Amino acid sequence: METLLQQTVNGLVVGSVYALIALGYTMVYGILGLINFAHGDVLMVGALVALEAIRLIQLHAPELGLVPTLLAGLAVAVVVCMILGYTIERTAYRRLRNAPRLAPLITAIGVSFLLQTLAMIVWGRNYHTFPQLVSTTPVEPIAGVFITPVQIVILVVSAVLMIGLVLLVNKTRLGRAMRATAENHRVASLMGVDTNKIIAATFVIGSALAAVAGVMYSSNYGIAHYAMGFMPGLKAFTAAVLGGIGNLAGAMLGGIVLGLVESIGAGYIEDMSFGFLNSSYQDIFAFLILGIVLIFRPTGLLGERVADRA
Amino acid sequence: MKRTVTLLALAGMALAGGPAALADTVVRIGFAGPLTGPVAHLGKDEQFGAQLALDDANAKGVTLGGQKVRFELMADDDQADPRTATTVAQRLVDAGVKGVVGHVTSGAAIPASRIYEQAGIPSVTPSATSPKLTRQGYRTTYRVIANDLQQGTAMARFAVEVLKAQRIAVIDDRTAYGQGLADALVDSLKQRGIAPVGREFTNDKATDFSAILTKIKAARPDAIFYGGMDAQGAPMLKQMKQLGIAAKYLSGDGVCTSEMIKLAGAAMSGDVYCTQAGIPMDKMPAGKAFNERFTKRFNVPVQLYAPYSYDAANALIEAMKLANSAEPAHYLPQLQKVGFKGVTGNIAFDRYGDSRDGGVALYQFSAGKWDVRP
Repeated sequence: METLLQQTVNGLVVGSVYALIALGYTMVYGILGLINFAHGDVLMVGALVALEAIRLIQLHAPELGLVPTLLAGLAVAVVVCMILGYTIERTAYRRLRNAPRLAPLITAIGVSFLLQTLAMIVWGRNYHTFPQLVSTTPVEPIAGVFITPVQIVILVVSAVLMIGLVLLVNKTRLGRAMRATAENHRVASLMGVDTNKIIAATFVIGSALAAVAGVMYSSNYGIAHYAMGFMPGLKAFTAAVLGGIGNLAGAMLGGIVLGLVESIGAGYIEDMSFGFLNSSYQDIFAFLILGIVLIFRPTGLLGERVADRA
Repeated sequence: MKRTVTLLALAGMALAGGPAALADTVVRIGFAGPLTGPVAHLGKDEQFGAQLALDDANAKGVTLGGQKVRFELMADDDQADPRTATTVAQRLVDAGVKGVVGHVTSGAAIPASRIYEQAGIPSVTPSATSPKLTRQGYRTTYRVIANDLQQGTAMARFAVEVLKAQRIAVIDDRTAYGQGLADALVDSLKQRGIAPVGREFTNDKATDFSAILTKIKAARPDAIFYGGMDAQGAPMLKQMKQLGIAAKYLSGDGVCTSEMIKLAGAAMSGDVYCTQAGIPMDKMPAGKAFNERFTKRFNVPVQLYAPYSYDAANALIEAMKLANSAEPAHYLPQLQKVGFKGVTGNIAFDRYGDSRDGGVALYQFSAGKWDVRP
């Protein structure tokens, strides 16, 4: 029981980071029908920029406390990633907006390679130690379950950001314009919505979320690396598809479900398969669930709306 | 008639070269390793080690088949590069060397070994540790240092006999290296009648290990062994602490790095152990005396593997003595029977050509660095 609870907590922590990244995929897909494969690498840039900023702050203003230093590093990372997201959209995707769908997809993969290579040139091939400014010493275990302050921060921040995003999309003028653009951007532009601006805003918001996710990811694991964006990017993309790509609530649900499935799958796959499978199949397990969900619900768990898009 | 004799005598003197070598037959031993490039210092170190062994044999005097022989080292630069290594190997074979000490790195040793095998010339590597090298089915490939698999065996012995660990969980990253190391450890544990309490897997790109560690935690392990590299080993160790796992953390040379200490930071403690192939010189039976002699002869201290190189060259000479011949075809079978006390320990080979008594050093983390354990 204790183990099951611990696995659930593990899954929730991992899953909420997936969910946060998945939002970036799903927002862009919802509006453009484009899978932005460079999204995971924006996360990586966020983490490495924050690392650099924190190093500078610690060097020049060591009297600043731990949390202010982290927040300052995060702010720098968010701003840099917002600019990066805007630049990617403006230079790589906008020109291809009316091109066949394959062209922007390949471009996205190209942008991903470009970002990774640039990061490799700037930060080198080595793994970097990410300063863990929020404590990673577990708090007093509750019912035998260990959780660290940084993990609590991840859960809370993810929840707050997700609620914030839902409110933004559903309650604000910008959100209404985004929804209109998603539905039909030609008609939206006829109604006076500046769709270029709205699409750019979508990329900027998604990149900001990726930066936050990157900083949280690195704070939790204490590591940053030029290729670190690939795996979480892939998992978050899976989460977005699982939840129903293009649907915000679906991305969140998909992220959490994927985190839980991975964690509980890795923990119990051996017992469930009577020793036939083991934890080297943990990723297969996650994709098996994805396959089964897609067979019965081809548009994902909550993905009714994208049916006519797919 | 008289003129012919004079000519023959002259020819004989010209062929023999120096006066000291008048009656000696020259036996050439090849050496191949990086003599230029970033690891050139290690290559040169091993070259000197082999040179010293040949000097010693020449000073003592070796007679093979009734003929006094003089050993000569022919060193060539493989730049630690697989392609250059094959060129160098061919050059040594063409020059008629009777045996080769080398190569220094696994990446160079593996492609070169095929050329020596085809030529039937024995090669003994002082420092290439990849298990693959001696598993190609070649008769001519030997090594005097422990391979990566022997690290797993050494760690199993240490965990059970010294740490008194009974409940050991094993994780590997499913690479040839990590899996090989972990399997060797598990095999060795089984021979001691211990079954691992957990056997989990990850991959060499993973950063989150909380799920498998939680599963292992439920098995209450005394020690967790990880077969893999430092980039995964460090976050894994951190996550162990985050999940409140107090087990000792054991690993191989992929984790025995300064990078590990940097990345794992505060999670490092005296409960972290790792192994590395090759024992440090001050722990070798004849290490100190060797270092003094070496420094006196070459005016540089031993860098790393020179003692292994010395023993590798001596393994070839011992086999030649046993066969009473320097011909590769004659002395090759004798390499299997070689057994002597070298600088690094006992030198004898198993059926693969691996060192029977391959030295593995055990390190424990202490005061900010890896400390070798006696």
